Amino acid sequence: MTLAQQVLQQLINGIALGSVYALIALGYTMVYGIIRLINFAHGEVFMIGAFAGYFIITLFNIPIVPTLILAMAFCALIGIVMERLAYKPLRNAPRIAALMTAVGLSNLFQNLMVYFKAVGASPKAFPRVIDISRYEVMQDVYLTSDKILTLVVAVLLMVALQYIVHNTKMGKAMRAVSQDKDAAQLMGINVNTTISFTFALGSALAAAGGILYAVSYGKIIYNMGSMPGLKAFVSAVLGGIGSIPGAVVGGMILGITENAISAAGYSMLRDAVAFAILIIILLIKPAGIFGKNVREKV
Amino acid sequence: MMLKIENLHVYYDAIHAIKGVTLNVQEGEIVSLIGANGAGKTTILRTISGLERAKEGSIEFMGSKLTDMSAPEIVKLGISHVPEGRRVFTSMSVLENLELGAYLSQNKQSRDKNLEKVFEHFPRLYERRQQLAGTLSGGEQQMLAMGRALMSRPKLMMLDEPSMGLAPILVRQIFDIIKEIHKQGTTILLIEQNANMALSIADRAYVLETGKIVMSGSAKEIMQSEDIKNAYLGGAVHGS
Repeated sequence: MTLAQQVLQQLINGIALGSVYALIALGYTMVYGIIRLINFAHGEVFMIGAFAGYFIITLFNIPIVPTLILAMAFCALIGIVMERLAYKPLRNAPRIAALMTAVGLSNLFQNLMVYFKAVGASPKAFPRVIDISRYEVMQDVYLTSDKILTLVVAVLLMVALQYIVHNTKMGKAMRAVSQDKDAAQLMGINVNTTISFTFALGSALAAAGGILYAVSYGKIIYNMGSMPGLKAFVSAVLGGIGSIPGAVVGGMILGITENAISAAGYSMLRDAVAFAILIIILLIKPAGIFGKNVREKV
Repeated sequence: MMLKIENLHVYYDAIHAIKGVTLNVQEGEIVSLIGANGAGKTTILRTISGLERAKEGSIEFMGSKLTDMSAPEIVKLGISHVPEGRRVFTSMSVLENLELGAYLSQNKQSRDKNLEKVFEHFPRLYERRQQLAGTLSGGEQQMLAMGRALMSRPKLMMLDEPSMGLAPILVRQIFDIIKEIHKQGTTILLIEQNANMALSIADRAYVLETGKIVMSGSAKEIMQSEDIKNAYLGGAVHGS
């Protein structure tokens, strides 16, 4: 295998992993955009999505696409309930209170999952919903069917999200609320509904990410959301928290970097590198790649 | 009576910002609320719009009690509010800003008709419709904020410091447009620090000082009051 082939292969793997990070990062960035909260329980929604997929497949034995849709709907509901019960009462509290609540919720979700007998603390094998086959795209460069699924679903969801945010009434309301809550209300926009919708959207994307991740890795466990959740958070910050294209680009950069590090033989450093990226971006450009310096006009 | 505010009290935590204000606006009037910075003018408008809550007192608009209503419900009744500092959605286009102004309207035809009307008032907005609102000048942003407020076809339009930070020639232009909007049947409640300008177009006015109404009457009466002249009009009345 030549170096070029190896680079190409790792790039493919990196983009597939990166699109999962991007799906999770979108939820982080949208929620931050609208209520200025880093929802650290978001990684757990990713995990719940994977388990929802697991139960849907084992109970009803249905194909991947309807499984994805059902699990996304279920997690959307979880997102709405989470916001209503945990974050809404704290909307006017100091931001640190909501942040601590998010950390607490993350722990709560993980431990609740262990508490449920059907989940437990040990890993479960994710059912084989698709045949894992390998296609040679070029000499010695392979694309596997799970990666194709990940890429296709992620791209479709990102296009759908783009459409929702820019072309629908609810999407416009989301953008208006994230820019100026008071002015949005003066237009007649219901801020609570808009915030619920944002949580639903972000949680549905995380659920899709969870299932795609589970299909690729074949194993799910109650704490599987921690590391991808944190890395998606790094992606969102890297891209510029609050920016939707930023979350996608940040996720891709992280996925590709992580794969490159592993391929170079330093796989034990790949988590450390993700956090090194966070530290560096916070030091040199805290607003992130797409972050804007908001200038106010009088 | 279109808008009737009685004995209104508003607090910001422990600060008693509005201390028993009684004020009313009749259909077809231009009423101005003048007063120094920090007197509480903006708070009154924000309370009418449902962005702040009254601790005591009542606000009625054409028979409906506003004090327990949400901001969107109040918009639906026909009140629109052009906030202080314009507050346009800077990272959206001019057109998107205007569309948001008609957020509650279900009827696309009437929305398009309103849009046409807004462009008649503000031809400049038509030229800039695809531009991001953040790239507009201060005067254009003020026009956009007013156009956006008109998109909901308000019965009562409340304007908070429309002249703020604008060059005198633009201020005159903005006030001419306010007069025109009024002529076409919209009642106006106007807050201004530029008391001369406000009194020149108002029918009646209220003077607010540290959360209390200290004087009210026809715009002419207020313009002629010695106290007001000294405090707000720079000692001499300009214009007529």
